[in-house]
Amino acid sequence: MARTLLKRILQAIGVMLGVALILFIMLRIVPGNPVETLMGEHANQATVDRMTAELGLDQPILVQFFRYIGDAFRGEFGTSYSLGKPVSQLMAAAFGNTLKLTVAAVLFAWCLGIFCGVFAALRKDGIPDRLFMGFSLLGVSVPVFMVAMLLQYLFGYVLHWLPISGTDSWKGYILPAIALGWNSAGSIARLVRSTLLDVLQEDYIDTARAKGLGQMGVIWRHALRNTMLPVLTMMAMQFSGLLSGAVITETVFSINGIGRLAVQAISGRDIPLLQGTTLFATMVVIFGNLLADCLYSVLDPRIRKEAE
Amino acid sequence: MNTLEIRNLCTSFFTEKGELKAVRDVSLTVGAGKITGIVGESGCGKSMLARSVMGLIPHPGRLVAGEILLNGRDIAKLSQREYCAVRGSEVSMVCQDPMTSLNPVMTVGRQVKEAILLHNDVSGDEAERRTIEAFESVGIPDPDKRLKSYPHQLSGGLRQRVLIAMAMVCKPKLLIADEPTTALDVTVEAQILRLMRKLCEDGTGILLISHNLGVIAQTCDDIYVMYAGSIVEHADPVTLFEAPVHPYTRGLMNAVAALNRNETVLETIRGVVPNLLHLPAGCAFSLRCDQCGKDCADRFPEMHSIRPGHEVRCHLAGGKEGT
Repeated sequence: MARTLLKRILQAIGVMLGVALILFIMLRIVPGNPVETLMGEHANQATVDRMTAELGLDQPILVQFFRYIGDAFRGEFGTSYSLGKPVSQLMAAAFGNTLKLTVAAVLFAWCLGIFCGVFAALRKDGIPDRLFMGFSLLGVSVPVFMVAMLLQYLFGYVLHWLPISGTDSWKGYILPAIALGWNSAGSIARLVRSTLLDVLQEDYIDTARAKGLGQMGVIWRHALRNTMLPVLTMMAMQFSGLLSGAVITETVFSINGIGRLAVQAISGRDIPLLQGTTLFATMVVIFGNLLADCLYSVLDPRIRKEAE
Repeated sequence: MNTLEIRNLCTSFFTEKGELKAVRDVSLTVGAGKITGIVGESGCGKSMLARSVMGLIPHPGRLVAGEILLNGRDIAKLSQREYCAVRGSEVSMVCQDPMTSLNPVMTVGRQVKEAILLHNDVSGDEAERRTIEAFESVGIPDPDKRLKSYPHQLSGGLRQRVLIAMAMVCKPKLLIADEPTTALDVTVEAQILRLMRKLCEDGTGILLISHNLGVIAQTCDDIYVMYAGSIVEHADPVTLFEAPVHPYTRGLMNAVAALNRNETVLETIRGVVPNLLHLPAGCAFSLRCDQCGKDCADRFPEMHSIRPGHEVRCHLAGGKEGT
């Protein structure tokens, strides 16, 4: 188990380096000069050249890359062009907000998705089933920004129950978390429903019933754990979806998180900040997959065996 | 007293295309300490009969009529909650495919232990002790080690033994074995059948369901032949194999290869099993029967006794023409 984990972590570092290199090259071959954007259009050539040298942008790409990676290993990601502060510092400040938002969204999505999925499966073709599946279709098909704005309008503007933006209190996280988790709650509910219905057809469910377990015992002790195997994979894949959703949600709800930083970085052609936020996103996705793999082997003994 | 007595049991599925009669007017008995066999081809309603007794008829099926007397108590009338208390403790079932009948994510020990804890007020340690005992009694080597195995780490024969141990661990009065050896090698099959024989020594009645005449002949004290949802013939093995009366039973016997006959081509029964949604008004076998008379096509035959212990559902049997 430990060896597998170590192997996966080494792989993850490899992926991170690959993503960093591709990102690095991409940001430098796209048209437009970041220094010119930074200085404004009236800056003279001498100033632009001096600035370019100061930022190290006149060096060959690979030199820049290795210098960047070296710094990154020391926790330095450069200084943001537009905000004038170290990227690591900006990200550390924003990370807490994004983490809170994502955790709240994930909890919301998982609880609601699993509950609705199980309930719909148990009442297959009944009214709750149709209702939940209708809702989850909305969840899957309505884009995040649309949900966000509808929630703001309904609960913030019309009903005045919850704040429209900002994160002054925990209440400020409720609407963003719902907006962000809505999509995955829908797809989780659909997958839980269909998987559970399949699992309930399995022979071992008959064995469990023949043992004398009631419906709830069969579901909790035998069906749900088997149902969670594919659902877990999807949850891990949704991590990346949640991140891209966070970019939109944080912008719509004015939350100072990583996503909003990324948007600022893109609009300001702020290369260090963009690299920092993107690498962070990559790390989160890799971590999500790693976590899913570990959980998978905890849940499924057949995989544990192979890993050993 | 008989362990199990089924009287006029009917189970139907109510589908969009109409009522599908999976079990029609089945009456049978399983004596204490006896093995009663049900034989018939695939789709004849054997498994649905087993599930009806277990109270596990899948949607959209339900019990339409009849009584299921387990030691004199009609369990067909129990509520779902009461049925749960009966399942596993008084009547239990071993399913067809040991490869898929165990939960892949739980150790086999825990799965057996679960059955004990469900029906007995005992500690976890005591349940584990009983699990080991149960494993020993069905011949699982190294029972205390096997306890911690997951199903995928065991062979098919061992898994079937685990399932039998699980079914027997609460000492039920009736064990329903639905094709317990179909998925196993012939050598393992013989071991499992011997085990079944051993199990009924302490008074458990076994209802053994199979499509394999050899298995049934070798193991059972009493045999029922099932066709298209109903019992067509009932006799002890010697009578049934030496003097089958119902044309369907005779057809089945002729379709089995025998070592002492010098055959190159096996006989078959012409035609196919009728669609249970559109059963003929008369005898269900009339469409495939070479001796089919006028009565056969029009009137559903009643089960009648032709000699003590030998019953048959055929218009032609019992002193009438053709027998």
